[in-house]
Amino acid sequence: MADKLTSLTAAAALIPDGASLSLGGFTTQRHPMALAYELVRLRRRNLYLIGHSPGGDWDALIGAGCVKRVELAYEADEAFNTVGPRWRRAVERGQIEWEDYSNFAMVTRFAAGAMGLPFLPLRSLLGSDVLAQEALSPEQRAADARTPVKKAAVVESPFHPGERVVLVPAIHTEFAVIHVQKASPQGTVRIEGQTFADVQQALCADVVIVTAEQIVDDAELRREPERNPLPYFAVQHVCHVPWGAHPYAVYNCYDYDPRQLKRYHESAEDDAAFAQYLDEFIYRPADQAGYLAAIGGAARLDELRADPAFGYRPDLKRRRLD
Amino acid sequence: MPQAAYSLTELMAVAAAREIADGEVVFAGTGLPMLASMLAQRTHAPNCCLIFEAGTAASQLAHLPMSVGDPRVMRGAAMAAGLHEVFAYVLQAGRVDVGFLSGAQVDRFGNINSTAIGADPRHPKVRFSGSGGACDIACLARRTVIIARHEKRRFPENVDYITSPGWLRGGASRQEAGLRWGGPAAVVTTRGLMRFRPDTHAMYLASYHPGLTAPDVAAETGFALAIDEAAETPVPTAEELRILREVVDPERVFLQ
Repeated sequence: MADKLTSLTAAAALIPDGASLSLGGFTTQRHPMALAYELVRLRRRNLYLIGHSPGGDWDALIGAGCVKRVELAYEADEAFNTVGPRWRRAVERGQIEWEDYSNFAMVTRFAAGAMGLPFLPLRSLLGSDVLAQEALSPEQRAADARTPVKKAAVVESPFHPGERVVLVPAIHTEFAVIHVQKASPQGTVRIEGQTFADVQQALCADVVIVTAEQIVDDAELRREPERNPLPYFAVQHVCHVPWGAHPYAVYNCYDYDPRQLKRYHESAEDDAAFAQYLDEFIYRPADQAGYLAAIGGAARLDELRADPAFGYRPDLKRRRLD
Repeated sequence: MPQAAYSLTELMAVAAAREIADGEVVFAGTGLPMLASMLAQRTHAPNCCLIFEAGTAASQLAHLPMSVGDPRVMRGAAMAAGLHEVFAYVLQAGRVDVGFLSGAQVDRFGNINSTAIGADPRHPKVRFSGSGGACDIACLARRTVIIARHEKRRFPENVDYITSPGWLRGGASRQEAGLRWGGPAAVVTTRGLMRFRPDTHAMYLASYHPGLTAPDVAAETGFALAIDEAAETPVPTAEELRILREVVDPERVFLQ
């Protein structure tokens, strides 16, 4: 079986300007942050991001001017920050094209793509403006063949007349990047804890890049195949990226970093401070190792390491930080 | 027994907890709903089950999560999967008894906006996070409880954007839209607790918080709010406060 190990920089360089891309994780957990920062460093432009509940991965990409169009349900860091500061500004300033769905609608769309179906039905959205309003104009939709011609359609069940469901279009992306606890060089993937929609996101992409905290022998992962949600043939590239989701959490590995999140949220509220944040933590450090040094190095990271009895850091200070 | 001093957050958490019955399946979001659900589990509803949309069922939380995908929700969970499993097999299938919602605007029929402020949704004046799972919970939970800051501008006649459908235009309009069940049962705010008429589904004031009067609450509401049946909100018991402060949120993550 082919060895799919590659460097983070080489993997990121595969994603060109204008690519359609989904990133794994959920709000403050398991986003492939190191790869997102690498795309910022590469100054990618016109990316088309599709997701459900991204956080600072998208916020940094949007703020750095890498993104043209998004389809999403939510962009924020939940209890850490109720709306992504750069996402909010980009919409209010008309700097980005977007379409709103709900989380269930987006994961149903990913699932449809993952199954090779053109659409799937769901019973949500009825009565809402998420269904009634389209943020993308017909012209904007027509300008990019990757965007469905309409957002959703209400149909009556052919089997039980009178019963209405909403059809949502399948998602297909050129790239998906997920960050996981363990992967083998051959591309067998182990996700611990909640899987979010990583599996569906990976299975509807042409090229799947897996960044992993740990690279382990394929045979070791094959001892418990029921814990491996993705077959190796769905994965094209594997990168060893310890702390690859920082400042976000990876169950069983490390917790989120409340100090760095606070710093990001405060900086991102102001254009000049945000530019400075990008410079200090992304542009000036040449790579992931440089980033980890910039945020405080081993001393800071040790404070975030998970307690094996919990899978997170029970004594982590999350409020009233100095 | 002398009355214990309590904060507004504590009063709201207790009022929200009392909306949960024992044995119910609760779809909880971050913040006050988590305080309320954890309190309910430790008081009158020890058998209620917490569902988090990022993929877990029946967590036994030891520490308050900051996210519904927080590693903390894995503690003692009966099942860990992903969003699709929870939304499709638990929520859409009708297995959620009560879901919690919040937003920037709430109207008289309990429709909620958490998307954007402004008349033209393509050019919003203020943009928020977006639906997340809120629209899905509003459509598919058997009933919902809304948590909101009570200010006139946040309780308009009509919300700018219906992110989460409530009773829509009242009467049978929710059912006519194709939603088979559900709808808001209560609104817990910074000023009182609202419920909905069984026929018209218009919001009315059920209780006003201590220190306020029913007309005070109506004056801070952007639509005509019936107040004739309102009583004072029952205050938290000393035991509820002790559990909130010592067991549920000793770190003071959400409690103020």
